[in-house]
Amino acid sequence: MYRYDEFDAILVGQRVAQFRDQVTRRLSGELNEEEFRPLRLMNGLYLQLHAYMLRVAIPYGTLSSRQMRRLADIARRYDKGYGHFTTRQNIQYNWPALSDVPDILAELAEVEMHAIQTSGNCIRNVTSDQYAGAAADEIEDPRIYCEIIRQWSTFHPEFSFLPRKFKIAVTGAPNDRAAVRVHDIGLRMVRNDAGEPGFEVMVGGGLGRTPMIAKTIRPFLPKRHLLSYLEAILRVYNMFGRRDNMYKARIKILIHEVGAERFSQLVEEEWSHIKETPVDLPAGEIERIVAYFAPPAFETLAAHVPEFEDSRRDDPAFRDWVKTNVFAHKQSGYAIVNLSLKPVDGIPGDATAEQMDAVADLADWYSFGEIRVSHEQNLILPHVKQADLYELWKAMVPLGLATANIGLASDIIACPGLDYCSLANARSIPVAQRITRRFEDLRRLHDIGELKIKISGCINACGHHHVGHIGILGVDKKGEEFYQITLGGDATENAALGTLVGPAFSYDTVVDAVETIIDTYLQVREDGERFLDTVRRLGIHPFKEKLYGAH
Amino acid sequence: MQVVTANRLDDGAVVYLAENGAWSDRIAGGRLAEGKEDGAALLADAETAVAERKVVAPYLIDVVVEDGSPRAVRFKERIRASGPPVRPDLGKQAARG
Repeated sequence: MYRYDEFDAILVGQRVAQFRDQVTRRLSGELNEEEFRPLRLMNGLYLQLHAYMLRVAIPYGTLSSRQMRRLADIARRYDKGYGHFTTRQNIQYNWPALSDVPDILAELAEVEMHAIQTSGNCIRNVTSDQYAGAAADEIEDPRIYCEIIRQWSTFHPEFSFLPRKFKIAVTGAPNDRAAVRVHDIGLRMVRNDAGEPGFEVMVGGGLGRTPMIAKTIRPFLPKRHLLSYLEAILRVYNMFGRRDNMYKARIKILIHEVGAERFSQLVEEEWSHIKETPVDLPAGEIERIVAYFAPPAFETLAAHVPEFEDSRRDDPAFRDWVKTNVFAHKQSGYAIVNLSLKPVDGIPGDATAEQMDAVADLADWYSFGEIRVSHEQNLILPHVKQADLYELWKAMVPLGLATANIGLASDIIACPGLDYCSLANARSIPVAQRITRRFEDLRRLHDIGELKIKISGCINACGHHHVGHIGILGVDKKGEEFYQITLGGDATENAALGTLVGPAFSYDTVVDAVETIIDTYLQVREDGERFLDTVRRLGIHPFKEKLYGAH
Repeated sequence: MQVVTANRLDDGAVVYLAENGAWSDRIAGGRLAEGKEDGAALLADAETAVAERKVVAPYLIDVVVEDGSPRAVRFKERIRASGPPVRPDLGKQAARG
């Protein structure tokens, strides 16, 4: 894992001291709210529906067991005993007191964490594949480049006041688990004809009120030019991005207006001036960062693990869990384990302090002390010996972390919605909970197969509803909660936006509508066809017919 | 009818402007305003509390009076007045038992 060097430590330490002073001045009246607001937002502190909310960055979704224990400790001592893992691989505390926040930030700094780049019109915390450094299908560990981008972007003076917030995601694998095509910049590692790894550069994706899939403006960028090319993109955006209208200020609008080809020309022109300048890191510096992400000390193990196979054969519940929650590891004899934060009736992404502590212990025992957070709001132990899987599973069941539903209908992304968020128009969490209850039967859930339901409580789309196989968007109709449903969205390398199926459903009927959609799929699917494939093959009409046909 | 709500500066808690310039945790304690003029006067009092660093971001909300005490009209404000519906153990609703 990356460890802070002296510059990181000084920078984060100074930031804590500055914010402590700013809070003191706010409480003494030296700063008014108008003056203080941008300062607190630069430290991840929002004023939400019920209280302040602190958003803490988990850079590229990687946590050590020590960091996880600290997050648990903060939840217990400064908050109400839990935290919420978000679709941007951050964690949010919902109830901190303003006067405690400097202490919380100091405690985070002790474990090399902070709340920088979690708000404001800057380059936000860079997100990545939750299986980075472990996945069998990966070309290179994308976190190396996330960390390089982090070092370049943190407090970058030119890019601290962009027209709007700016989100970058990086994947090192052809199978995109980081939703890179719905980010302002998506980077996907690819190989060129000579077999050298580099990046496909995609720009202008995003969700929100104007959802767009990113366009590829460069099919292959040599790795060594990553920063100069990113700098060229950001400079063009900073120059031409619209500052006159907040709703048109994201880079996706600029690219939509000038066209990807013209935008690409502008970037290439800018890049030609800076590509051979010291903006790019020297090879030695890249190597230094690569070294931090060296694989842990894996044992040499056989690919076939008899005790694992025996348990899988003999225990059907374990077999179900392995089927959905365990993913192929690049190292023979190891596996990637998903810990579901989506139990029946649970709050997607919420974990109690006790669960966080337990996950830290399990990480120490079974996964070299490493934990990941996914944008789908689950936790991951990335490096588990297959021989340990049965024991680990048995330890997780009583913790409520072993629901065998990763990628299935109850593994729902849901934003905090109107339960917590002042921007929301409708509740998200209880809709997710009701769906998990409706699809509680694991046999049914597994029979339905891969199905990604994503719920947002407003048009800002924190719940990624546009790219849900079934997307649900809460809207306010004359003071009542209603829910629009889209079908056929996809956040992967085949990214697509869902199609609106018809008029919105009430809070009381939306879960019935989801069930009707799923039942329709079960009736019309072909052998081995996933929900998404069926929607692609048939379009929304069979579903529309069932949902609205009687009216 | 209207009351003024805000967040307490120190801990961010949702509060309502009550009698004598005090701030109550409960909407039931909110001072009622009827009509534009009354509402403006209430907001002016709230701005004093902002200057005194008691609260932030005050605004008027519509209420109806039920059994003698105000109740928020909008769903969002009803949730603010009680706490997250998915966590009845948290927020103002929890203390009510």
